[in-house]
Amino acid sequence: MLKVKNLNTGYDNVPVIFDVSFEVNEGELVSIVGSNGAGKTTILRAISGLIRPFSGEIEFEGKRIDVMPAHEIVSLGIAHVPEGRHVFSKMSVRDNLLLGAYTIDSEAEIEKILKEVFEIFPRLKEREGQKAETLSGGEQQMLAIARGLMSRPKLLLVDEMSLGLMPILVDKVMEILKEISKRGITVLLVEQKVQEALEMADRAYVLQTGKIIGHGTGSELLTSDLVKKAYMGM
Amino acid sequence: MKKSKISPLIIILLVILVLPFIKADINFQHMLIIFLIFAGLGEAWNLITGFAGQTSFGHAAFFGIGAYTSTILFYKFSISPWVGMLVGIAVSTLVAAFVSYPCFKLKGHYFAIATMAIAEITKQLFISWDYVEGATGIMIPIVDESLASMQFHTSKIPYFIIAYCLFVISILIANYIEKNRMGFYLKAIRESNEAAESIGINTTVYKLYAMMVSAALSAAFGTLYAQYILYIDPFMLFSLDISMKIVLLTVLGGLGNIYGPIIGAAILIPLSEYTRIFFGGTGKGIDLIIFGALIVVVACFEPRGILGAFKKKRKVERGAYDAKANA
Repeated sequence: MLKVKNLNTGYDNVPVIFDVSFEVNEGELVSIVGSNGAGKTTILRAISGLIRPFSGEIEFEGKRIDVMPAHEIVSLGIAHVPEGRHVFSKMSVRDNLLLGAYTIDSEAEIEKILKEVFEIFPRLKEREGQKAETLSGGEQQMLAIARGLMSRPKLLLVDEMSLGLMPILVDKVMEILKEISKRGITVLLVEQKVQEALEMADRAYVLQTGKIIGHGTGSELLTSDLVKKAYMGM
Repeated sequence: MKKSKISPLIIILLVILVLPFIKADINFQHMLIIFLIFAGLGEAWNLITGFAGQTSFGHAAFFGIGAYTSTILFYKFSISPWVGMLVGIAVSTLVAAFVSYPCFKLKGHYFAIATMAIAEITKQLFISWDYVEGATGIMIPIVDESLASMQFHTSKIPYFIIAYCLFVISILIANYIEKNRMGFYLKAIRESNEAAESIGINTTVYKLYAMMVSAALSAAFGTLYAQYILYIDPFMLFSLDISMKIVLLTVLGGLGNIYGPIIGAAILIPLSEYTRIFFGGTGKGIDLIIFGALIVVVACFEPRGILGAFKKKRKVERGAYDAKANA
Protein backbone atom coordinates (compact mmCIF):
# COMPACT_ATOMS: atom_id res chain seq x y z
CA MET A 1 0.00 0.00 0.00
CA LEU A 2 2.73 2.42 1.02
CA LYS A 3 6.19 2.00 -0.47
CA VAL A 4 9.14 4.14 0.46
CA LYS A 5 12.15 3.62 -1.79
CA ASN A 6 15.65 4.91 -1.11
CA LEU A 7 14.39 7.99 0.64
CA ASN A 8 16.87 10.74 1.44
CA THR A 9 15.53 13.82 3.10
CA GLY A 10 16.11 16.44 5.80
CA TYR A 11 15.77 20.11 6.54
CA ASP A 12 17.40 23.00 4.68
CA ASN A 13 19.98 20.77 3.04
CA VAL A 14 20.86 19.12 6.33
CA PRO A 15 20.31 15.45 5.61
CA VAL A 16 18.49 13.49 8.29
CA ILE A 17 17.28 10.37 6.52
CA PHE A 18 19.71 8.24 4.52
CA ASP A 19 18.54 5.78 1.92
CA VAL A 20 15.55 4.52 3.85
CA SER A 21 13.29 1.93 2.22
CA PHE A 22 10.32 0.19 3.74
CA GLU A 23 6.78 -0.77 2.96
CA VAL A 24 3.45 -1.06 4.67
CA ASN A 25 0.90 -3.53 3.37
CA GLU A 26 -2.83 -3.10 3.52
CA GLY A 27 -4.34 -3.90 6.92
CA GLU A 28 -1.03 -4.07 8.73
CA LEU A 29 0.04 -2.29 11.85
CA VAL A 30 3.64 -1.32 11.27
CA SER A 31 5.94 0.44 13.73
CA ILE A 32 9.09 2.37 13.14
CA VAL A 33 11.01 2.46 16.38
CA GLY A 34 14.12 4.37 17.23
CA SER A 35 15.56 6.70 19.81
CA ASN A 36 15.41 10.46 19.97
CA GLY A 37 16.69 12.12 16.83
CA ALA A 38 16.71 8.97 14.76
CA GLY A 39 14.54 10.64 12.14
CA LYS A 40 11.21 8.98 12.76
CA THR A 41 9.17 12.14 12.63
CA THR A 42 11.03 13.28 9.53
CA ILE A 43 9.97 10.15 7.66
CA LEU A 44 6.31 10.75 8.51
CA ARG A 45 6.57 14.39 7.51
CA ALA A 46 7.98 13.34 4.17
CA ILE A 47 5.14 10.86 3.61
CA SER A 48 2.44 13.41 4.35
CA GLY A 49 4.10 16.02 2.17
CA LEU A 50 5.14 18.52 4.84
CA ILE A 51 8.73 18.23 3.62
CA ARG A 52 10.17 17.08 0.30
CA PRO A 53 12.57 14.22 -0.33
CA PHE A 54 16.05 15.12 -1.61
CA SER A 55 15.90 11.89 -3.57
CA GLY A 56 14.00 8.66 -3.59
CA GLU A 57 10.35 7.83 -4.09
CA ILE A 58 7.25 7.49 -1.95
CA GLU A 59 4.40 5.54 -3.47
CA PHE A 60 0.87 5.15 -2.16
CA GLU A 61 -1.37 2.61 -3.87
CA GLY A 62 0.88 2.72 -6.87
CA LYS A 63 0.84 6.50 -7.16
CA ARG A 64 3.86 8.67 -6.50
CA ILE A 65 2.99 11.08 -3.73
CA ASP A 66 6.35 12.67 -2.97
CA VAL A 67 5.64 15.41 -5.48
CA MET A 68 2.12 16.20 -4.23
CA PRO A 69 1.20 19.00 -1.83
CA ALA A 70 0.12 18.01 1.69
CA HIS A 71 -3.58 18.72 1.26
CA GLU A 72 -3.86 16.48 -1.80
CA ILE A 73 -2.14 13.63 -0.02
CA VAL A 74 -4.78 13.78 2.69
CA SER A 75 -7.53 13.43 0.14
CA LEU A 76 -5.88 10.24 -1.16
CA GLY A 77 -6.56 8.68 2.22
CA ILE A 78 -3.50 9.32 4.36
CA ALA A 79 -4.14 10.98 7.71
CA HIS A 80 -1.29 12.25 9.84
CA VAL A 81 -1.62 12.54 13.61
CA PRO A 82 1.21 14.95 14.33
CA GLU A 83 3.62 14.73 17.23
CA GLY A 84 2.70 16.80 20.25
CA ARG A 85 -0.96 16.38 19.37
CA HIS A 86 -1.61 19.84 17.85
CA VAL A 87 -5.29 19.90 18.64
CA PHE A 88 -7.07 23.18 17.94
CA SER A 89 -7.10 24.16 21.58
CA LYS A 90 -9.63 27.00 21.48
CA MET A 91 -12.20 24.94 19.63
CA SER A 92 -14.65 22.43 21.00
CA VAL A 93 -13.98 18.72 20.72
CA ARG A 94 -16.78 18.45 18.19
CA ASP A 95 -15.40 21.25 16.02
CA ASN A 96 -11.96 19.67 16.12
CA LEU A 97 -13.44 16.46 14.83
CA LEU A 98 -15.53 18.17 12.17
CA LEU A 99 -12.43 19.92 10.87
CA GLY A 100 -10.85 16.50 10.51
CA ALA A 101 -13.57 15.69 8.01
CA TYR A 102 -12.29 18.45 5.75
CA THR A 103 -12.04 16.20 2.73
CA ILE A 104 -15.57 14.86 3.07
CA ASP A 105 -18.40 16.86 1.59
CA SER A 106 -21.59 15.09 2.55
CA GLU A 107 -23.01 16.15 5.92
CA ALA A 108 -24.75 12.79 6.40
CA GLU A 109 -21.49 10.98 5.79
CA ILE A 110 -19.73 13.19 8.33
CA GLU A 111 -22.39 12.44 10.95
CA LYS A 112 -21.95 8.75 10.29
CA ILE A 113 -18.19 8.86 10.72
CA LEU A 114 -18.61 10.98 13.82
CA LYS A 115 -20.81 8.30 15.32
CA GLU A 116 -18.26 5.60 14.55
CA VAL A 117 -15.46 7.67 16.01
CA PHE A 118 -17.44 8.27 19.19
CA GLU A 119 -17.94 4.51 19.40
CA ILE A 120 -14.18 4.03 19.51
CA PHE A 121 -13.71 7.02 21.83
CA PRO A 122 -16.70 7.16 24.19
CA ARG A 123 -14.70 9.57 26.35
CA LEU A 124 -14.73 12.17 23.60
CA LYS A 125 -18.48 11.86 23.26
CA GLU A 126 -18.79 12.83 26.91
CA ARG A 127 -16.66 15.89 26.28
CA GLU A 128 -18.11 16.84 22.91
CA GLY A 129 -18.84 20.47 23.78
CA GLN A 130 -15.73 21.18 25.83
CA LYS A 131 -12.83 23.20 24.50
CA ALA A 132 -9.94 20.96 23.51
CA GLU A 133 -7.53 22.80 25.80
CA THR A 134 -9.50 21.63 28.84
CA LEU A 135 -8.90 17.97 28.05
CA SER A 136 -6.19 15.94 29.76
CA GLY A 137 -3.07 14.97 27.81
CA GLY A 138 -4.38 11.50 27.13
CA GLU A 139 -7.74 12.79 25.98
CA GLN A 140 -6.04 15.29 23.70
CA GLN A 141 -4.02 12.48 22.17
CA MET A 142 -7.24 10.55 21.62
CA LEU A 143 -8.77 13.62 20.07
CA ALA A 144 -5.82 13.98 17.71
CA ILE A 145 -6.18 10.34 16.63
CA ALA A 146 -9.95 10.67 16.35
CA ARG A 147 -9.51 13.78 14.22
CA GLY A 148 -7.23 11.79 11.96
CA LEU A 149 -9.90 9.12 11.61
CA MET A 150 -12.53 11.67 10.59
CA SER A 151 -11.17 11.85 7.06
CA ARG A 152 -11.87 8.11 6.62
CA PRO A 153 -8.23 7.35 5.97
CA LYS A 154 -6.93 4.17 4.46
CA LEU A 155 -3.61 4.78 6.18
CA LEU A 156 -3.18 6.45 9.54
CA LEU A 157 0.24 7.87 10.39
CA VAL A 158 0.68 8.24 14.13
CA ASP A 159 3.65 10.16 15.44
CA GLU A 160 5.00 9.56 18.93
CA MET A 161 1.70 9.28 20.68
CA SER A 162 3.25 8.23 23.98
CA LEU A 163 4.83 11.68 24.31
CA GLY A 164 3.96 13.15 27.68
CA LEU A 165 1.50 10.44 28.62
CA MET A 166 1.66 8.42 31.80
CA PRO A 167 2.39 4.70 31.25
CA ILE A 168 -1.13 3.51 31.96
CA LEU A 169 -2.47 5.88 29.32
CA VAL A 170 0.15 4.75 26.82
CA ASP A 171 -1.25 1.23 27.13
CA LYS A 172 -4.76 2.55 26.75
CA VAL A 173 -3.96 4.48 23.59
CA MET A 174 -2.09 1.48 22.18
CA GLU A 175 -5.21 -0.62 22.76
CA ILE A 176 -7.19 1.92 20.80
CA LEU A 177 -4.74 1.78 17.91
CA LYS A 178 -5.15 -2.00 17.83
CA GLU A 179 -8.90 -1.54 17.75
CA ILE A 180 -8.55 0.88 14.85
CA SER A 181 -6.32 -1.56 13.03
CA LYS A 182 -8.91 -4.31 13.55
CA ARG A 183 -11.45 -2.13 11.83
CA GLY A 184 -9.39 -2.37 8.70
CA ILE A 185 -7.37 0.82 8.77
CA THR A 186 -3.70 0.43 8.06
CA VAL A 187 -1.57 2.07 10.74
CA LEU A 188 2.01 3.28 10.60
CA LEU A 189 3.17 4.12 14.08
CA VAL A 190 6.38 5.88 14.90
CA GLU A 191 7.38 5.44 18.49
CA GLN A 192 10.11 5.89 21.04
CA LYS A 193 8.60 3.49 23.53
CA VAL A 194 10.20 0.53 21.82
CA GLN A 195 8.82 -2.27 23.95
CA GLU A 196 5.17 -1.26 23.70
CA ALA A 197 5.40 -0.47 20.02
CA LEU A 198 7.01 -3.80 19.17
CA GLU A 199 4.54 -5.77 21.24
CA MET A 200 1.57 -4.57 19.29
CA ALA A 201 3.01 -4.25 15.79
CA ASP A 202 2.61 -6.83 13.05
CA ARG A 203 5.93 -5.75 11.62
CA ALA A 204 8.48 -3.19 12.65
CA TYR A 205 11.55 -1.35 11.42
CA VAL A 206 14.37 -0.15 13.62
CA LEU A 207 15.75 3.25 12.76
CA GLN A 208 19.06 4.59 13.99
CA THR A 209 20.54 7.98 13.05
CA GLY A 210 18.55 8.10 9.85
CA LYS A 211 19.21 4.54 8.64
CA ILE A 212 17.14 1.40 8.94
CA ILE A 213 19.27 -1.14 10.79
CA GLY A 214 16.82 -3.95 11.19
CA HIS A 215 13.33 -5.18 10.52
CA GLY A 216 11.08 -8.10 11.24
CA THR A 217 7.90 -9.01 13.06
CA GLY A 218 7.33 -7.32 16.38
CA SER A 219 8.10 -10.41 18.46
CA GLU A 220 11.21 -11.22 16.42
CA LEU A 221 12.62 -7.81 17.07
CA LEU A 222 11.70 -7.87 20.74
CA THR A 223 13.94 -10.89 21.27
CA SER A 224 16.69 -9.80 18.89
CA ASP A 225 20.05 -8.85 20.36
CA LEU A 226 20.16 -5.72 18.28
CA VAL A 227 17.11 -4.19 19.88
CA LYS A 228 17.86 -5.52 23.33
CA LYS A 229 21.28 -3.98 23.29
CA ALA A 230 20.40 -0.69 21.71
CA TYR A 231 17.15 0.22 23.35
CA MET A 232 16.45 -1.83 26.39
CA GLY A 233 19.82 -1.77 28.03
CA MET A 234 20.05 -5.54 28.29
CA MET B 1 -26.70 30.27 19.61
CA LYS B 2 -26.83 31.95 16.25
CA LYS B 3 -29.69 34.20 17.29
CA SER B 4 -28.07 35.50 20.44
CA LYS B 5 -24.98 36.43 18.43
CA ILE B 6 -26.84 38.40 15.79
CA SER B 7 -29.20 40.47 17.89
CA PRO B 8 -26.74 42.68 19.83
CA LEU B 9 -25.07 43.37 16.53
CA ILE B 10 -28.31 44.65 15.03
CA ILE B 11 -28.85 46.89 18.02
CA ILE B 12 -25.35 48.33 17.69
CA LEU B 13 -25.90 48.93 13.97
CA LEU B 14 -29.23 50.67 14.57
CA VAL B 15 -27.76 52.89 17.27
CA ILE B 16 -24.92 53.93 14.97
CA LEU B 17 -27.43 54.67 12.21
CA VAL B 18 -29.51 57.12 14.27
CA LEU B 19 -26.58 58.84 16.01
CA PRO B 20 -25.81 61.52 13.37
CA PHE B 21 -29.49 62.52 13.29
CA ILE B 22 -29.79 62.79 17.05
CA LYS B 23 -26.68 64.92 17.40
CA ALA B 24 -26.51 66.96 14.20
CA ASP B 25 -23.12 68.45 15.04
CA ILE B 26 -20.61 68.62 12.19
CA ASN B 27 -17.65 67.55 14.30
CA PHE B 28 -19.59 64.65 15.68
CA GLN B 29 -20.73 63.55 12.23
CA HIS B 30 -17.18 63.77 10.95
CA MET B 31 -16.04 61.66 13.86
CA LEU B 32 -18.70 59.08 13.07
CA ILE B 33 -17.63 58.79 9.44
CA ILE B 34 -14.00 58.28 10.42
CA PHE B 35 -15.17 55.81 13.05
CA LEU B 36 -17.07 53.78 10.45
CA ILE B 37 -14.13 53.79 8.05
CA PHE B 38 -11.70 52.56 10.69
CA ALA B 39 -14.10 50.07 12.24
CA GLY B 40 -14.62 48.68 8.73
CA LEU B 41 -10.87 48.54 8.11
CA GLY B 42 -10.56 46.77 11.43
CA GLU B 43 -13.11 44.19 10.30
CA ALA B 44 -11.16 43.67 7.10
CA TRP B 45 -7.87 43.32 8.95
CA ASN B 46 -9.47 40.99 11.47
CA LEU B 47 -10.14 38.47 8.69
CA ILE B 48 -6.50 37.85 7.97
CA THR B 49 -5.07 38.47 11.42
CA GLY B 50 -7.85 37.75 13.89
CA PHE B 51 -9.24 34.70 12.12
CA ALA B 52 -6.31 33.34 10.14
CA GLY B 53 -3.62 34.46 12.59
CA GLN B 54 -1.37 36.12 10.00
CA THR B 55 -0.38 39.47 11.43
CA SER B 56 -0.41 42.17 8.79
CA PHE B 57 1.18 45.54 9.48
CA GLY B 58 0.70 46.63 5.92
CA HIS B 59 -2.99 47.20 5.38
CA ALA B 60 -2.34 50.86 4.59
CA ALA B 61 -1.09 49.56 1.24
CA PHE B 62 -4.48 48.15 0.25
CA PHE B 63 -6.29 51.16 1.68
CA GLY B 64 -4.02 53.49 -0.31
CA ILE B 65 -4.29 51.50 -3.52
CA GLY B 66 -8.07 51.77 -3.31
CA ALA B 67 -7.86 55.51 -2.76
CA TYR B 68 -5.33 56.07 -5.56
CA THR B 69 -7.08 53.91 -8.14
CA SER B 70 -10.42 55.70 -7.91
CA THR B 71 -8.76 59.10 -7.64
CA ILE B 72 -6.58 58.61 -10.71
CA LEU B 73 -9.55 57.39 -12.74
CA PHE B 74 -11.59 60.39 -11.65
CA TYR B 75 -8.79 62.95 -11.94
CA LYS B 76 -7.40 61.85 -15.30
CA PHE B 77 -10.40 60.26 -17.01
CA SER B 78 -13.42 61.67 -15.13
CA ILE B 79 -14.62 58.18 -14.35
CA SER B 80 -17.10 57.95 -11.48
CA PRO B 81 -15.51 57.05 -8.15
CA TRP B 82 -18.02 54.22 -7.86
CA VAL B 83 -16.49 52.56 -10.89
CA GLY B 84 -13.12 53.57 -9.45
CA MET B 85 -14.01 51.82 -6.24
CA LEU B 86 -14.68 48.56 -8.09
CA VAL B 87 -11.47 48.87 -10.10
CA GLY B 88 -9.62 49.71 -6.88
CA ILE B 89 -11.03 46.60 -5.25
CA ALA B 90 -9.89 44.51 -8.20
CA VAL B 91 -6.40 46.03 -8.26
CA SER B 92 -5.99 45.73 -4.51
CA THR B 93 -7.15 42.11 -4.52
CA LEU B 94 -4.69 41.26 -7.26
CA VAL B 95 -1.84 43.03 -5.51
CA ALA B 96 -2.76 41.23 -2.28
CA ALA B 97 -2.68 37.86 -4.01
CA PHE B 98 0.55 38.64 -5.81
CA VAL B 99 2.53 39.97 -2.86
CA SER B 100 1.17 37.83 -0.06
CA TYR B 101 1.67 34.50 -1.82
CA PRO B 102 5.45 34.60 -1.34
CA CYS B 103 5.00 36.20 2.08
CA PHE B 104 2.94 33.26 3.35
CA LYS B 105 6.10 31.19 3.18
CA LEU B 106 7.19 33.29 6.16
CA LYS B 107 5.86 32.57 9.60
CA GLY B 108 4.90 34.71 12.58
CA HIS B 109 6.93 37.86 13.08
CA TYR B 110 8.66 37.53 9.74
CA PHE B 111 5.35 37.68 7.94
CA ALA B 112 4.42 40.78 9.92
CA ILE B 113 7.71 42.46 9.01
CA ALA B 114 7.25 41.57 5.35
CA THR B 115 3.81 43.18 5.26
CA MET B 116 5.22 46.30 6.87
CA ALA B 117 7.82 46.37 4.13
CA ILE B 118 5.13 46.01 1.47
CA ALA B 119 3.37 49.14 2.73
CA GLU B 120 6.66 51.05 2.83
CA ILE B 121 7.64 49.93 -0.66
CA THR B 122 4.24 50.97 -1.99
CA LYS B 123 4.68 54.37 -0.36
CA GLN B 124 8.12 54.92 -1.90
CA LEU B 125 6.76 53.78 -5.25
CA PHE B 126 3.95 56.33 -5.19
CA ILE B 127 6.25 59.10 -3.90
CA SER B 128 8.50 58.78 -6.93
CA TRP B 129 5.81 57.98 -9.52
CA ASP B 130 5.19 61.09 -11.61
CA TYR B 131 2.02 59.85 -13.30
CA VAL B 132 0.24 59.89 -9.94
CA GLU B 133 1.77 63.29 -9.07
CA GLY B 134 4.39 61.76 -6.79
CA ALA B 135 4.92 63.29 -3.40
CA THR B 136 2.75 66.36 -4.04
CA GLY B 137 -0.36 64.26 -3.98
CA ILE B 138 -3.59 64.89 -5.82
CA MET B 139 -6.28 67.45 -5.07
CA ILE B 140 -9.44 65.77 -6.22
CA PRO B 141 -11.24 68.21 -8.58
CA ILE B 142 -14.34 69.51 -6.91
CA VAL B 143 -17.49 69.00 -8.98
CA ASP B 144 -21.19 69.49 -8.30
CA GLU B 145 -22.38 67.30 -5.54
CA SER B 146 -24.06 64.11 -6.67
CA LEU B 147 -24.16 60.47 -5.79
CA ALA B 148 -22.40 59.60 -9.06
CA SER B 149 -19.41 61.80 -8.27
CA MET B 150 -19.40 60.70 -4.63
CA GLN B 151 -18.98 64.32 -3.55
CA PHE B 152 -21.25 66.13 -1.14
CA HIS B 153 -20.49 69.66 -0.03
CA THR B 154 -23.47 70.81 1.98
CA SER B 155 -23.96 67.92 4.35
CA LYS B 156 -21.97 65.06 5.81
CA ILE B 157 -24.96 62.76 5.97
CA PRO B 158 -24.52 61.22 2.49
CA TYR B 159 -20.90 60.38 3.32
CA PHE B 160 -22.12 58.90 6.54
CA ILE B 161 -24.64 56.72 4.70
CA ILE B 162 -22.02 55.45 2.25
CA ALA B 163 -19.58 54.73 5.06
CA TYR B 164 -22.35 53.02 6.97
CA CYS B 165 -23.24 50.80 4.02
CA LEU B 166 -19.62 49.79 3.45
CA PHE B 167 -19.26 49.13 7.14
CA VAL B 168 -22.35 46.92 7.21
CA ILE B 169 -21.11 45.06 4.14
CA SER B 170 -17.78 44.37 5.82
CA ILE B 171 -19.59 43.18 8.96
CA LEU B 172 -21.80 40.90 6.89
CA ILE B 173 -18.82 39.44 5.06
CA ALA B 174 -16.89 38.92 8.30
CA ASN B 175 -19.95 37.38 9.90
CA TYR B 176 -20.57 35.12 6.92
CA ILE B 177 -16.98 33.92 6.87
CA GLU B 178 -16.95 33.37 10.62
CA LYS B 179 -20.08 31.22 10.53
CA ASN B 180 -19.09 29.15 7.54
CA ARG B 181 -16.55 26.49 6.75
CA MET B 182 -13.98 29.05 5.76
CA GLY B 183 -14.06 30.62 9.23
CA PHE B 184 -13.36 27.28 10.82
CA TYR B 185 -10.52 26.59 8.42
CA LEU B 186 -8.99 29.99 9.12
CA LYS B 187 -9.25 29.45 12.86
CA ALA B 188 -7.70 26.02 12.46
CA ILE B 189 -4.81 27.61 10.59
CA ARG B 190 -4.44 30.19 13.34
CA GLU B 191 -4.38 27.53 16.05
CA SER B 192 -1.88 25.31 14.30
CA ASN B 193 -0.77 25.61 10.72
CA GLU B 194 0.76 22.15 10.82
CA ALA B 195 -2.32 20.42 12.22
CA ALA B 196 -4.49 22.24 9.69
CA GLU B 197 -2.28 20.93 6.91
CA SER B 198 -2.28 17.45 8.37
CA ILE B 199 -6.05 17.23 8.12
CA GLY B 200 -5.93 18.33 4.51
CA ILE B 201 -6.63 22.05 4.55
CA ASN B 202 -4.79 23.84 1.80
CA THR B 203 -3.50 26.48 4.18
CA THR B 204 -1.87 28.71 1.57
CA VAL B 205 -5.04 28.97 -0.47
CA TYR B 206 -7.24 29.82 2.50
CA LYS B 207 -4.80 32.39 3.83
CA LEU B 208 -4.74 33.84 0.35
CA TYR B 209 -8.56 34.02 0.20
CA ALA B 210 -8.65 35.77 3.55
CA MET B 211 -5.99 38.24 2.47
CA MET B 212 -7.77 38.99 -0.81
CA VAL B 213 -11.15 39.61 0.83
CA SER B 214 -9.43 41.74 3.44
CA ALA B 215 -7.60 43.78 0.80
CA ALA B 216 -10.78 44.23 -1.25
CA LEU B 217 -12.67 45.68 1.71
CA SER B 218 -9.75 47.92 2.66
CA ALA B 219 -9.62 49.29 -0.88
CA ALA B 220 -13.32 50.18 -0.84
CA PHE B 221 -12.79 52.22 2.31
CA GLY B 222 -9.78 53.83 0.65
CA THR B 223 -11.94 55.18 -2.17
CA LEU B 224 -14.48 56.56 0.25
CA TYR B 225 -11.75 58.17 2.35
CA ALA B 226 -10.25 59.87 -0.70
CA GLN B 227 -13.65 61.18 -1.81
CA TYR B 228 -14.36 62.40 1.69
CA ILE B 229 -11.07 64.20 2.33
CA LEU B 230 -10.76 65.21 -1.38
CA TYR B 231 -6.99 65.20 -1.17
CA ILE B 232 -4.59 62.30 -1.19
CA ASP B 233 -0.85 61.92 -0.94
CA PRO B 234 1.37 58.89 -0.35
CA PHE B 235 2.46 60.04 3.11
CA MET B 236 -0.98 60.03 4.63
CA LEU B 237 -2.35 56.97 2.84
CA PHE B 238 0.52 54.53 3.04
CA SER B 239 1.72 55.61 6.46
CA LEU B 240 2.59 53.17 9.18
CA ASP B 241 0.27 55.32 11.25
CA ILE B 242 -2.79 54.03 9.39
CA SER B 243 -1.60 50.41 9.43
CA MET B 244 -0.95 50.64 13.14
CA LYS B 245 -4.24 52.34 13.93
CA ILE B 246 -6.08 49.44 12.30
CA VAL B 247 -4.00 46.97 14.29
CA LEU B 248 -4.30 48.80 17.59
CA LEU B 249 -8.02 49.36 17.58
CA THR B 250 -8.74 45.74 16.72
CA VAL B 251 -6.35 44.41 19.33
CA LEU B 252 -7.82 46.71 21.97
CA GLY B 253 -11.37 45.71 21.11
CA GLY B 254 -10.71 42.01 20.72
CA LEU B 255 -8.99 39.99 18.05
CA GLY B 256 -10.83 37.41 15.99
CA ASN B 257 -14.31 38.66 16.76
CA ILE B 258 -16.62 40.89 14.74
CA TYR B 259 -17.34 43.11 17.75
CA GLY B 260 -13.67 43.77 18.44
CA PRO B 261 -13.01 46.41 15.76
CA ILE B 262 -16.28 48.20 16.58
CA ILE B 263 -15.39 48.53 20.26
CA GLY B 264 -11.80 49.47 19.54
CA ALA B 265 -12.73 52.08 16.93
CA ALA B 266 -15.43 53.49 19.24
CA ILE B 267 -12.64 54.26 21.70
CA LEU B 268 -9.72 55.24 19.48
CA ILE B 269 -11.46 57.37 16.87
CA PRO B 270 -13.32 59.76 19.22
CA LEU B 271 -10.12 59.97 21.22
CA SER B 272 -8.03 60.99 18.23
CA GLU B 273 -10.63 63.24 16.60
CA TYR B 274 -11.53 65.10 19.79
CA THR B 275 -7.97 65.55 21.00
CA ARG B 276 -7.25 66.99 17.57
CA ILE B 277 -10.21 69.35 17.89
CA PHE B 278 -9.32 70.44 21.43
CA PHE B 279 -5.57 70.73 21.17
CA GLY B 280 -5.18 71.47 17.46
CA GLY B 281 -1.75 70.81 15.98
CA THR B 282 -0.04 70.81 19.37
CA GLY B 283 -2.14 67.86 20.48
CA LYS B 284 -0.86 65.67 17.70
CA GLY B 285 -0.12 62.22 19.07
CA ILE B 286 -1.85 62.66 22.41
CA ASP B 287 -4.52 60.20 21.33
CA LEU B 288 -1.90 57.62 20.50
CA ILE B 289 -0.21 58.16 23.86
CA ILE B 290 -3.48 57.52 25.67
CA PHE B 291 -4.27 54.66 23.38
CA GLY B 292 -0.83 53.16 23.84
CA ALA B 293 -1.36 53.24 27.59
CA LEU B 294 -4.71 51.49 27.15
CA ILE B 295 -3.08 48.80 25.02
CA VAL B 296 -0.42 48.24 27.67
CA VAL B 297 -3.12 47.86 30.32
CA VAL B 298 -5.16 45.51 28.16
CA ALA B 299 -2.13 43.46 27.16
CA CYS B 300 -1.12 43.07 30.82
CA PHE B 301 -4.50 42.20 32.25
CA GLU B 302 -6.60 40.85 29.42
CA PRO B 303 -4.70 39.89 26.25
CA ARG B 304 -7.93 39.03 24.48
CA GLY B 305 -8.97 42.69 24.45
CA ILE B 306 -11.90 44.47 26.05
CA LEU B 307 -14.26 41.88 24.65
CA GLY B 308 -12.24 39.12 26.29
CA ALA B 309 -12.62 40.87 29.65
CA PHE B 310 -16.39 40.94 29.20
CA LYS B 311 -16.51 37.29 28.26
CA LYS B 312 -14.40 36.35 31.24
CA LYS B 313 -16.66 38.26 33.57
CA ARG B 314 -19.72 36.54 32.18
CA LYS B 315 -18.07 33.17 32.55
CA VAL B 316 -17.14 33.89 36.17
CA GLU B 317 -20.71 34.91 36.91
CA ARG B 318 -22.06 31.84 35.21
CA GLY B 319 -19.54 29.70 37.07
CA ALA B 320 -20.66 31.17 40.38
CA TYR B 321 -24.24 30.50 39.43
CA ASP B 322 -23.48 26.89 38.53
CA ALA B 323 -21.67 26.42 41.81
CA LYS B 324 -24.70 27.74 43.64
CA ALA B 325 -27.02 25.50 41.67
CA ASN B 326 -24.88 22.49 42.49
CA ALA B 327 -24.79 23.31 46.18
